[in-house]
Amino acid sequence: MISIYITSFIVGGLICVIGQLLMDVAKLTPAHTLCSLVVAGSVLDGFGWYEPFIDFAGAGATIPITSFGNALTHGAMAEAEKHGLVGVVTGMFEVTSSGISAAIIFGLIGALLFTSKGNI
Amino acid sequence: MVKRGVLTFHSKPSIYATGVTAGPLEKKKSVFAQQFDKSYEDERCDLPTNEDGHKQLMYDAVLIALSKAKKQPEKIDFLLTGDLVNQMTPSNFTAHALAIPYIGLFSACATSVSSMITAALLADAKHANWIVAGSSSQHNAIERQFRYPVEYGSQKGATAQWTVTAAGAVLIGQHKQGTPVIDCATVGKVIDMGMTDPLNMGSAMAPAASDTLMNHLTGHGKTVDDYDTIITGDLGSNGFKIFKALANENGLPHTKNFRDAGEEFYGNDPSFKAGASGSGCSAAVFFSDVYQKLLTGEYKRVLLLATGALLSPLSFQQGDTIPCIAHAIELTMEEVTAP
Repeated sequence: MISIYITSFIVGGLICVIGQLLMDVAKLTPAHTLCSLVVAGSVLDGFGWYEPFIDFAGAGATIPITSFGNALTHGAMAEAEKHGLVGVVTGMFEVTSSGISAAIIFGLIGALLFTSKGNI
Repeated sequence: MVKRGVLTFHSKPSIYATGVTAGPLEKKKSVFAQQFDKSYEDERCDLPTNEDGHKQLMYDAVLIALSKAKKQPEKIDFLLTGDLVNQMTPSNFTAHALAIPYIGLFSACATSVSSMITAALLADAKHANWIVAGSSSQHNAIERQFRYPVEYGSQKGATAQWTVTAAGAVLIGQHKQGTPVIDCATVGKVIDMGMTDPLNMGSAMAPAASDTLMNHLTGHGKTVDDYDTIITGDLGSNGFKIFKALANENGLPHTKNFRDAGEEFYGNDPSFKAGASGSGCSAAVFFSDVYQKLLTGEYKRVLLLATGALLSPLSFQQGDTIPCIAHAIELTMEEVTAP
C-alpha cells in the first residue's frame, strides 16, 4: 500500500527532472519543454506503454503533463475504433475536455481575483 | 579630422539637474534608494495598467529634473527619451503630456547615454538651449515584452537579470561653470558575438561595452586612470566579469575603478539573480549616484558606458542572435575658478 506512494513520488519527480534538464541543459523555453513532454506522453501511449506505466506509478504518471499527451492519444484511438478516421479528430478532446475546461474556468477566476505583481 | 563615432563637445554643455523615480521594490531593495528623488508605493503608480505606471515614472522624472532647475516644460527645446516597450509608447505618451518637441530614441538599455549624446550634440551646435534626455523601464511591462509575463511564473536561471522599475531624466543646457559638464563621447558599433540566450544578456553585451571602451580610450587619447570611475549600465554580475576579463585581454592595466550599475543596483541580493537591467537601470544610477558624486566632488571625471541588447521577441523566436551596442559619454566636474 505505502509502496505505491513512494513509487509515484519518485516517478513523478523523475519526469519533472527530465523537464528541468530540458530547460537548464538543452536550453528549451518553458513552452517547448511543456510541448515536448506532452508529445512524449502521446507517443508513449501510441505504443500502448503509458497505461502499464500508470499501473506502475499511479499519480506519478497521471499528474505530470505527459499524462495530457497520453489522454489526447487515448481519446483519439478510442473514438477511431468506433467511428474511423473522423473519430481521431473528435476523440482527441473527449478525455481531455475536463482538463481544458478546468484550465479556462480556473484561469478566469484567477484573473478576476488577482493582479500580477513583480515583487519577489 | 573626423574619427568614426568619436565626438568632442568643444562648448562643454552642462548638466543642470536630474530627476530619478523608482518603483516600490526599488525603494525597498535598491542600494541607491536613498538617492532617488521619488518612489511609489504601488508598482503601477496607482494607475490601471503597468504601461500607465511606466508613463508616470518617466513623466515625473522629467518634471522633477525641471523643477530643480526652476524650468517649465514650455521652456524646453527638445525632449529625447526612450524605453523598451513596443513602439516606445511610454515615452511617446509622456512627450504628448509634456508638449515638448520630441525625438524618441531606441538604443535599448543604452538609451540613457545615447539620448545624452544627442542632447550634447544639439547643445554644442547651438540648436537648443535646454534639452531633456532620459530613459525608463517598468518591471512587469518589460518582462512581458522580452522574457515572460510575470503572471506566467517562469523560472529564471542564474544568469537572468531583473528589469528595474525606474526612470531617469537629465536637463542639459549650455556651458555653465561649477556644474558637471559633458566633454566627449563615443558612439558604439553594433556587436554580435552570436549569443542567443535572452536570459543571459549581460554576457552578450560585454563585448560591445569592451569595444566602445577601447574606441573611446584610443579615440580620445585617454587611459583608465584618467577616470574616477568607468561605470557600465546593466551588464550584471556575469556580464561584468566578462567585461573586466576582456579589458585585461585588451591590455588595460587594471579594472579597480570599474563599476556596473546593474550589478550594484540590488546589492548583490541573490533573489535578483545576476542583477538589475532595463533602460531605467543605467539612467537611475547615472543620474542619482554618479551625478551626486560629481556634484560633491567625489568624482572629477567619469565615463558612463551604457549597454543595450538590440533584440526583439520576434527576432529571438526566429532564432536570430542578440546584437548589442554600447555608448560612452564622459562627464567632468569643473572646479569653480575665482573671478
